[in-house]
Amino acid sequence: MATKPLVPPASPLRWLGVVAAPTALALGFLWAGGWLTPHRLTQTSLLDTLRTVDGPHPGFRRNHAKGVCVTGWFEGNGNAAGISTASILQPGRVPVVGRFALAGGMPFQADAPAKVRSLALRLMPPDGQEWRIGTNDIPVFPVRTPQEFRALQLASRPDPATGKPDPARVKAFRAAHPWLQTAAQQLSHRPLSSGFTDDTYRSLDSFLFVAKDGTETAVRWAMVPLQTIAPIDGHADDHDYLFRQLIDDIHAQPRQWRLMVTVAGRHDIIDDSSQSWADDDRQIDAGTLTLTTVESEEGGPCTGITFDPLVLPQGIVPSGDPILQARSAAICVHLPHARAKSPRSPPSPRP
Amino acid sequence: MSSAKSFSLPSRILHWLMAVMILAMLFIGVFMASTVGPNYYRLVTLHHPLGIAILVLALLRLANRFHSPPPALPAELPPLMKTAAKASHILLYALMIAMPLVGWGMLSAGGYPIPLWGQSVLLPPILPHDPALWACLRSTHTVLAFLLFGMVLLHVGAALFHGLIRRDGVLRSMTR
Ligand code: HEM
Ligand code: HEM
Ligand code: HEM
Repeated sequence: MATKPLVPPASPLRWLGVVAAPTALALGFLWAGGWLTPHRLTQTSLLDTLRTVDGPHPGFRRNHAKGVCVTGWFEGNGNAAGISTASILQPGRVPVVGRFALAGGMPFQADAPAKVRSLALRLMPPDGQEWRIGTNDIPVFPVRTPQEFRALQLASRPDPATGKPDPARVKAFRAAHPWLQTAAQQLSHRPLSSGFTDDTYRSLDSFLFVAKDGTETAVRWAMVPLQTIAPIDGHADDHDYLFRQLIDDIHAQPRQWRLMVTVAGRHDIIDDSSQSWADDDRQIDAGTLTLTTVESEEGGPCTGITFDPLVLPQGIVPSGDPILQARSAAICVHLPHARAKSPRSPPSPRP
Repeated sequence: MSSAKSFSLPSRILHWLMAVMILAMLFIGVFMASTVGPNYYRLVTLHHPLGIAILVLALLRLANRFHSPPPALPAELPPLMKTAAKASHILLYALMIAMPLVGWGMLSAGGYPIPLWGQSVLLPPILPHDPALWACLRSTHTVLAFLLFGMVLLHVGAALFHGLIRRDGVLRSMTR
């Protein structure tokens, strides 16, 4: 066999063939990663928005940055076991690690009555079928989609001159999103409780409970306090009054919430967290949450836990709610340096 | 111009099956790691089992390779090219095995449950829960994915160069 040159002469068409396949693959790859469509909303651009609005706070959570860890247990009573096979909903106790926080990416923000409070929970049954829950103390979410979430964040970011949102920008957002008007009204007129322990926390997004025979039931849930609900009292001068009160409350005695599951009625819109459901929907008391300890986030048991709402046990699956997918995607922190240090705790008072 | 023998049938099946799976994983990966859209959850639940399947197949393939070694490259190829080909194949094998292990390890370090099949089958963690380790492995997974993709592009280009320009039987050794 005659030795042939390393690169024998060939027609341009053949060379085109050699180059075309890798080029097409590379372009497809760049497109899939969103690099060819800079206006597509991605995990990075969503988190960048939060950072633009709240300022960079490396090492802290990107949202709900000011918080404390709690522990306790959840005791299921079996009432919801008919519509979901989740082992947590069977009668029995499972240990819980949780986190109370204020919404917003500013870890040193001052407490105030109308700021959104949150409760995140990690329920850890012995069979490994974990359930992570993120709940907020508002009746509905202000937006329907991640795109609207970003638009609202940008519209309501504080003006550096006044420290307050620019009314013109907020008005423009409202005008462009008339379908969010009802949610905005419900949010601004919501009843406020005195603190973290007498507050009601809601899933806002809906989920599907899956029964043994595969039947899916759309639900939302709320953590309803067993403590009596007190009206707000003035603490304007105390930067950390909500957290101080929470710590005192839990130190005084364990605090409890009932897990109330709401089953979607015929007219409820399932995949839109900005719309409330009918008042006469079926409610199931599914069990009781008891929180017994509270400690700072620094080295606390909730440090380094991401409360991804799509960490679900068998028997619960996500609904088609677009906010739900976006939450999970944004929380699977895309920018690793955000977590290069373990999240530090804000200077909330040590328990 | 008669060519050297071909890869054995099991080698070829494994090669093409894994070629499709790995390309799919790379595209699924970059899409799901950027999207905030409605396919996120579905893609994540596909990414894990597919990645673990690649790990299992890669180990099988390695064993198969010792059992039936690949045909020799054409004798007239310059030694430098032969070395480059060999090195690139070693790197591809290393990445096929490292990528799934890093993915599995990073979810372990992140403290996440690692669903393998639906929600019913969970993988055990292979590393302790450690946020700093999670962050480091999360970047490693990205860097290795880009390296793997770059290698695959070179590999496909080289295969087509052999098949369309040199027509020396190297491409054919993998196609039949
Ligand atoms: C598109 C909308 C949303 C986005 C982009 C988003 C994003 C985020 C991010 C980035 C974090 C910080 C996570 C971490 O670093 O660990 C967070 C925390 C949280 N989110 Fe959202 N979120 C959204 C909607 C919601 C909704 C509808 C709820 C409903 C209850 C919610 C509840 C929570 C809670 C409770 C936390 C705090 C978890 C903790 O204490 O660590 N979020 N969110
Ligand atoms: C050959 C195997 C694999 C390949 C080629 C692959 C590829 C990729 C790619 C390209 C990305 C996107 C990286 C980025 O843009 O930052 C990614 C992300 C990811 N991969 Fe893999 N992967 C593999 C195996 C695995 C395995 C076995 C697991 C877990 C068991 C895993 C878990 C993940 C996770 C959790 C993400 C991040 C998702 C997010 O940010 O939303 N991967 N993978
Ligand atoms: C999709 C287009 C692809 C084509 C046309 C192609 C073609 C080829 C050819 C012709 C060979 C034989 C080279 C020789 O004789 O040494 C080969 C080997 C090989 N290919 Fe591919 N390939 C493709 C995709 C991939 C992918 C995606 C991977 C995975 C990372 C891969 C991994 C390998 C490895 C590791 C070998 C060496 C086989 C061994 O020595 O066991 N290939 N390929």
